[in-house]
Amino acid sequence: MFGKSQLTSSGTLSNSFERRSVLIGGLQTGLGVLLAARMGWIGLVQNAKYETLAESNRVNLTLIPPRRGAILDRHNAQLASNRIEFRIDIIKERLVDSDATVAELARLLGFNPVQLQDLQDKLDKAHGYQPIEVISGLDPSQYDRVLVRLPDMPGVIAQQGFARWYPTGPSVGHLTGFVGPASAKDYETEHNPLLVTPGFKIGKDGLEKQFEQQLRGVPGAQRVEVTASGKFVRDLEKRDDVPGQSIRLTIDAPLQDFAARRIGLESAAVVVIDCITGGVLALVSMPSFDPNAFAGGIGRLQWKMLNEDDHIPLLNKALRGLYPPGSTMKPMASLALQQHGVDPSERVNCPGGYQLGNRYFRCDAVHGLMDMRSAIEHSCNTYFWTMAHRVGYDAIAPAAKLLGLGQQFELPGSAQRYGTVPDAAWKMRRYHQEWTTADSLNASIGQGYVSVSPLQLAVMTSRIASGRNLLPSLIFGQEKAAGPALPFTPEQLAVAHEGMFRVVNGSGTGVGSKLDLPGIQMAGKTGTAQVRALTARGGGGSWKSRDHSLFVCYAPTDAPRYAMSVVVEHGTFGARAAAPIAKDVMTFLFDPAKAMASLTALEQAWGGTPSERMATRYRAYSAQYGTSAPRVGDDEAVPKAISSAESSEPAVASPDNTLTTRPEEPANSAAPLTPEPAPVTSTAPTPTATPQ
Amino acid sequence: MSRQIIPEAISREPWHVLVPLFLLNTFGSVVLYSAAGGHLQPWALLHEIHFVVFLLMAFVISRFPRDFFKQVAFPIFGTLVVLLVLVEVLGKVSGGSQRWLNLGFMQLQPSELMKPGIVLALAKFYDGLPPAMTKSWRALIPAGALVGVPALLVMAQPDLGTGLAITIGAAVVIFLAGLPLSWFVGVGTAGAIAVPIAFKLLLKPYQQARVTIFLDPESDPLGKGYHITQSKIAIGSGGLWGKGFGNGSQSHLEYLPEAQTDFAFATMAEEWGILGGLFVLAVFLWVLRWGMGVSRRAPDRFSSLLAAGMTFTIFFYMAINMMMVMGLAPVVGIPLPWISHGGSSMMTNMICIGTIMAVDRWSKTGRSLGG
Repeated sequence: MFGKSQLTSSGTLSNSFERRSVLIGGLQTGLGVLLAARMGWIGLVQNAKYETLAESNRVNLTLIPPRRGAILDRHNAQLASNRIEFRIDIIKERLVDSDATVAELARLLGFNPVQLQDLQDKLDKAHGYQPIEVISGLDPSQYDRVLVRLPDMPGVIAQQGFARWYPTGPSVGHLTGFVGPASAKDYETEHNPLLVTPGFKIGKDGLEKQFEQQLRGVPGAQRVEVTASGKFVRDLEKRDDVPGQSIRLTIDAPLQDFAARRIGLESAAVVVIDCITGGVLALVSMPSFDPNAFAGGIGRLQWKMLNEDDHIPLLNKALRGLYPPGSTMKPMASLALQQHGVDPSERVNCPGGYQLGNRYFRCDAVHGLMDMRSAIEHSCNTYFWTMAHRVGYDAIAPAAKLLGLGQQFELPGSAQRYGTVPDAAWKMRRYHQEWTTADSLNASIGQGYVSVSPLQLAVMTSRIASGRNLLPSLIFGQEKAAGPALPFTPEQLAVAHEGMFRVVNGSGTGVGSKLDLPGIQMAGKTGTAQVRALTARGGGGSWKSRDHSLFVCYAPTDAPRYAMSVVVEHGTFGARAAAPIAKDVMTFLFDPAKAMASLTALEQAWGGTPSERMATRYRAYSAQYGTSAPRVGDDEAVPKAISSAESSEPAVASPDNTLTTRPEEPANSAAPLTPEPAPVTSTAPTPTATPQ
Repeated sequence: MSRQIIPEAISREPWHVLVPLFLLNTFGSVVLYSAAGGHLQPWALLHEIHFVVFLLMAFVISRFPRDFFKQVAFPIFGTLVVLLVLVEVLGKVSGGSQRWLNLGFMQLQPSELMKPGIVLALAKFYDGLPPAMTKSWRALIPAGALVGVPALLVMAQPDLGTGLAITIGAAVVIFLAGLPLSWFVGVGTAGAIAVPIAFKLLLKPYQQARVTIFLDPESDPLGKGYHITQSKIAIGSGGLWGKGFGNGSQSHLEYLPEAQTDFAFATMAEEWGILGGLFVLAVFLWVLRWGMGVSRRAPDRFSSLLAAGMTFTIFFYMAINMMMVMGLAPVVGIPLPWISHGGSSMMTNMICIGTIMAVDRWSKTGRSLGG
């Protein structure tokens, strides 16, 4: 179509231009048609698809964290509840200028260097869209100050919501556990967008963890219009959240709090059991941590405090602490002896010790003639050694197990350790050694290989007091029916009861803790568990080498209602540390006002309630260390530290050199927390006891 | 409209084109007004001011006689090349790529002016070339040099889009100048072979990415394919009637990047739908048809090549921009004339319009005078 002529002139060029310009014009029109067609394809044929995409761009579905179900006590008082709070979070992915934003936030919120450092740590650790709590529980004026500046700080989220609140703080730390932001690992196991919603907390430990699904509830949703950079434009529609279900415990909240506070500066556990239902009324381990302070992640100083406290605040001693029961075993032993035909009125002379072959086992005193009741009253070892030697230790171990020692109970929350009630088969399995008579003698007075938890001691006491095979329970309304009847006659039980009655109300070891209440009497038994053989008996030496102080009791004696065990680590004699706590806690059950009065006086001397003392200590740490504390490990550091604290062994006496690890669990040496030195190994081959 | 009432100088202007163009620009202002969230600032008002200022400039250009155009063609072209070199040097000195010169009162982008500049220079060149030489190498080699120098300078900035615009505009003038068709076929074939090689060797990684993303935008919807994806969402979600004035969520919520410049068409189509798009397209085709008509009616070779080249320069802007926003071309920073905000492109396109108007004037008043 284009000119091919050899002669090119103005005219032919003009002709060629005409033709070619038509072509160019056609090209332009053709492209116009193409563009129109393309528009039609996108805008008409694929309209629905792109409308959806535009809508999903425009609308952001924001989950509203559900209000967490409350944890209630038996009278519906709140152990864990929710309170409205103002909070600030950061989504790291959305930060434009991380440093400037953090600096500005810190300025607005008046952060000190320690708080700033903790925030920076959290930022460094965060993954992707995991929200980072900057601060919660803001007062409205501070909140408003941040709110005003929010448009200049993309990635910062300010919101009002519900936060977990433990009214009694440290008192319930071990009981309820605590909540915290979901970790990357949580998100991997449960791919739920709720987990990365700012303000949402997941149960991290204890009941909060175990009942997570029940407590969680159903999140609400808010559809909001957002810009490409995630900036809020306006609310569209809202669906309310469905609060989680509450759980009701058998715990008595005021009692729990009182017992926790009454422990004071000691490292101790208190367990109180209802002798009628088996419901656990108090499950206390102190010192503890403040679950409120854990909710937003743990700061460096808090971490340092927890790590450096030789009282091991992360260990739930009530369920996971194991101690030689010492003389608190004696009422149980008296039942076992009677079962095997020992007449409770038969007398044994105590010359101050017991000769076994060429070894001499020393008693605590020269008790003279002792029958079963007075042997309990005065905690005479010679009597029990003599009788145990006669019936054989194999007669005692089954009774111990029947009464709950060495047993694991079905309780929700943190796992229990069940300790050891040793016998010949156990020793052979464990140490490949023959069971010796010396082992029997030791075991019969709760020393040597025997180790039990405070919960087991409380269960034992409740069973002796009630004569029924009570099973402890923690969920209200789900108390467990008693197990098979115990093979003890009322007469046999009466002997143990009378011995325990005389411990407190006669001339026994616990008379100093006699209840000062009209018409209500307590029966009990002291115990002192040896920590280090042959040295530092009683109160001497360093704190860690002192004996553990134990006390088990029940009241009222005529119709037992409450059974209790108290274990004070390194508290010296049972009568000195544990029994006074038991007395006050028991008093609280019958006359709260009176008990509170004596506690108030004590707390003045101690420097306030546990929360107040923690705050004081934190200030001291802040002043001393500032920002020099080492950083907290990854998301798993806290649960890891807790499990490590639980598997670490409170130092107890070793009957021989073999006891470097605990029977049922290996020591965790790789754990970041080393709260206690390696268990003391005794150099004394001779088993000894420290009776009272 | 009687000639007795309206002065001849006004009534002889091509109002049947300028009125649609005025409507198009006003529509652009409306779109920019909406994109600014219902405010004249910062874009819509300036857009109108640009239009008025550069329309006046176009009128001024249209007054110049043909001989003046011929005289200044090469000096203007030479100046622009010098400016391009200057930009390159300054860019090297300041460390980084620079495309404009700061004149104090405005930022001059020589590469923009080069688009009409190359058309003017080539028209002058082929005007001076004896018709008999049209099919010889002398018709191509100097023209190739005229195109090659500025095109390479611009691509080196690096500004691929403008470099292509200069090259294609020039190619159309050369094509219309009557060079043998077989050469174009040959160049086209060679190009088909050379482009993949040039793609690997000449393009910077970010330019390569633009091309590959264009070929498959969904491969990286949040990254480099974001622009195209969001633009298609804006146009597609507008449907036939659009979401209505001020209701474009894509632009207002900032999902659409460059909503007031390169992607202004998408901003418009979201709110005004396909109907708005067809209106824009129709005005453009109207203007282009007028431009090609002027070139065909032009009194001489210089005028016709000039008008056709200027028309094609406008067309190239429109075509590349609209193909880009609809996902038919890679993302190159070319705005849509009279719709997108931006002084530089408005100036270039008004220079083109003014030049076509000048040719139109010559053909009306001086067919007898022309040579």
